[in-house]
Amino acid sequence: MSPYRLHLMVCTGTGCVSNKSLKIKAALEREIAARGMEREIQIVTTGCNGFCANGPIVVVKPDDIFYQFLSEEDVPRLVEEHFVKGRSVPSLMYTPPGETAAIPRMQDIPFFAKQRLVALANKGIIDPENIDEYIARDGYRAMARALLEMTPEAIIAEVKAAGLRGRGGGGFPTGVKWELCRASPGDEKYVICNGDEGDPGAFMDRSIVESDPHAVIEGLVIGARAIGAGEGFIYIRNEYPLAVSRMTRALEQAEAYGLLGDDIFGSGFSFRITVNRGAGAFVCGEETSLMNSLEGVLPEPRVRPPYPVVSGYRGKPTNINNVETWVNVPSIVRNGAAWYAGIGTASSKGTKVFSLVGKIRNTGLVEVPMGITLREIVHDIGGGIPGGKRFKAVQTGGPSGGCLPAEMLDLPVDYESLTKAGSIMGSGGLIVMDEDTCMVEVARYFLSFTQDESCGKCTPCREGTRHMRAILEDITKGKGREGDIELLEEMARLVKDTSLCGLGGTAPNPVLTTIRYFRHEYEAHIRDRRCPARVCKDLITFTILPDKCTGCMACAKNCPVNCIAGERKKVHVIDQSLCIKCGNCHSVCKFAAVRVE
Amino acid sequence: MKMTMEELDRIAERQRAATYLREGAGHAKVTVHLGTCGIAAGAQPILAAFLEKANAANAATAARAADEEQRKAAWVLVTTSGCAGLCAREPMATVEVRGAVPVKYGDLTPEKVARIFAEHVQGGRPVAEYALVQGSERIS
Repeated sequence: MSPYRLHLMVCTGTGCVSNKSLKIKAALEREIAARGMEREIQIVTTGCNGFCANGPIVVVKPDDIFYQFLSEEDVPRLVEEHFVKGRSVPSLMYTPPGETAAIPRMQDIPFFAKQRLVALANKGIIDPENIDEYIARDGYRAMARALLEMTPEAIIAEVKAAGLRGRGGGGFPTGVKWELCRASPGDEKYVICNGDEGDPGAFMDRSIVESDPHAVIEGLVIGARAIGAGEGFIYIRNEYPLAVSRMTRALEQAEAYGLLGDDIFGSGFSFRITVNRGAGAFVCGEETSLMNSLEGVLPEPRVRPPYPVVSGYRGKPTNINNVETWVNVPSIVRNGAAWYAGIGTASSKGTKVFSLVGKIRNTGLVEVPMGITLREIVHDIGGGIPGGKRFKAVQTGGPSGGCLPAEMLDLPVDYESLTKAGSIMGSGGLIVMDEDTCMVEVARYFLSFTQDESCGKCTPCREGTRHMRAILEDITKGKGREGDIELLEEMARLVKDTSLCGLGGTAPNPVLTTIRYFRHEYEAHIRDRRCPARVCKDLITFTILPDKCTGCMACAKNCPVNCIAGERKKVHVIDQSLCIKCGNCHSVCKFAAVRVE
Repeated sequence: MKMTMEELDRIAERQRAATYLREGAGHAKVTVHLGTCGIAAGAQPILAAFLEKANAANAATAARAADEEQRKAAWVLVTTSGCAGLCAREPMATVEVRGAVPVKYGDLTPEKVARIFAEHVQGGRPVAEYALVQGSERIS
């Protein structure tokens, strides 16, 4: 029986923890104890709330009052005003940009209002380290049903009918994959959960594991039952210590309850799961590389066929899905395929979790129904571009996704539409770029990333991306030549078509889409030796405008190479031969006297 | 430990009681007004009395209800808010029974709480002699 009158849901996702949410929790405990209210107010640590930009976050139940940007100093006042006197504190709430009235209730904040939660249904509601709270939210019920009432064929039929597709990037129908693996001959089979998530700026899978580890376990057990696997692995990168520790703890609790192990629910089905920590190689997102890594050999992709469903981990039939795919499974079994298929579009069912980052006001984790437009995600949920800047492009699918321009903002987010636009769904990274972004530099940056992460096994990826990077570097340095664009396009197609795995198969996407939608920027770099976004250092010059310079000396003082000359109250001059184009003078000038072109 | 469906239900029931508050579910919600005036007038013992009654009632519900839906429907939540504006009549509480108009009670004592809980929260009949007003202020 709960004697509590308030529950304080303290976000302890990685974002909020790094913003000191654990100190907030300690301060709350102190202040509540000081007032003798420990028995009235329960403090619950939850996974990622999603609104990471405004952390640390505390949500007060039952009224769902949303507090943000909390500091330790705020806590005594919060406790006194809200928890003792019952007056919520507007100054600690969310106030929409340009407005004066704070929004108290979480679900009234636009960031949350347009979301539809399936994979993240328990985020911010349960304590991920307490299995009982998961069970209270219907946890492990779908698994019991799958083990006691359904045949493996019926489970597969349900997942197929739901239309669930791989959320790791490929979009392959999950039920079909399971069916193929089940049909593969062999008694020894494996299931793997891919939690490697190597995309820079992506944190969907990490947040799911941190918020709701038992849902991943439950999905994995249901899949294992359908396929006939006796052992499973959860592969999480070692850079995710909180995810690793929560998952390890969840596995211990599930084992202690007999939800993993021998003869689960007396069904005769036995299954065990081990957590494996990855060493942080992007190529391990590729399923065959991940399996090699699990086996302890170099994480290079394997030639397919044979596909992993036939010959995977240790040469045995193996089914691999990513975290977000697995976490959808219990909901499908519990609520039925028809319910799930009712969300989304004709070919892309359900929801998708995105990590919304870059030049966007509401950085965070969002879950939306498939088919929502990019505009709704960027403007309605994301709150648009900060600093009065204009939107320029959004990259979907992480470093190997494409950059889509403003004209494509009304594109519905589904597998087919994104592919047609030259991008990919990917695992769900959404990087928003504003007008100050040079698209050639973006292409160079992402290609450098994929080239660094290329394992080097196959020639097109290893050599192709290296040469493409060299051409892009030349262009950004003002050494581009006529014909470079066409050469890049040709090489991109070659690398895409002939690489061994998905890394090379998608690495050229940023180059191809920036050429497709921002060709004029490439041409400006090559023909006019000009960077329209004024980013590429070799193509820009900083000059001081004599009519605006007041001689305040701020620029000269902040110049790291002392290349600005001038006396107090006299016009300053930049020595172009020494300037390293760091931009300090431009940022510190209060009179807009430093021109960049 | 060997997990069974019965055991899973038992854990879920035990834990749900603790998490109903987060879902805002239930048959009735009692809000005790904890403004400075309310606290000074003795709202803390009123809150404690409502909590005690609610806990006892919820325990009985949990034992009696056939399933989760029934239990959720019969649940009583107790929460707090600020000064209701009528400081002279503190301690005050608002009782909202699902589907009915909220009723504000004033000049509360633990004895009045016992009667309000039995007749209004559980019985659905507001205690007219303790009630100050029906409904809420308009919020424009």
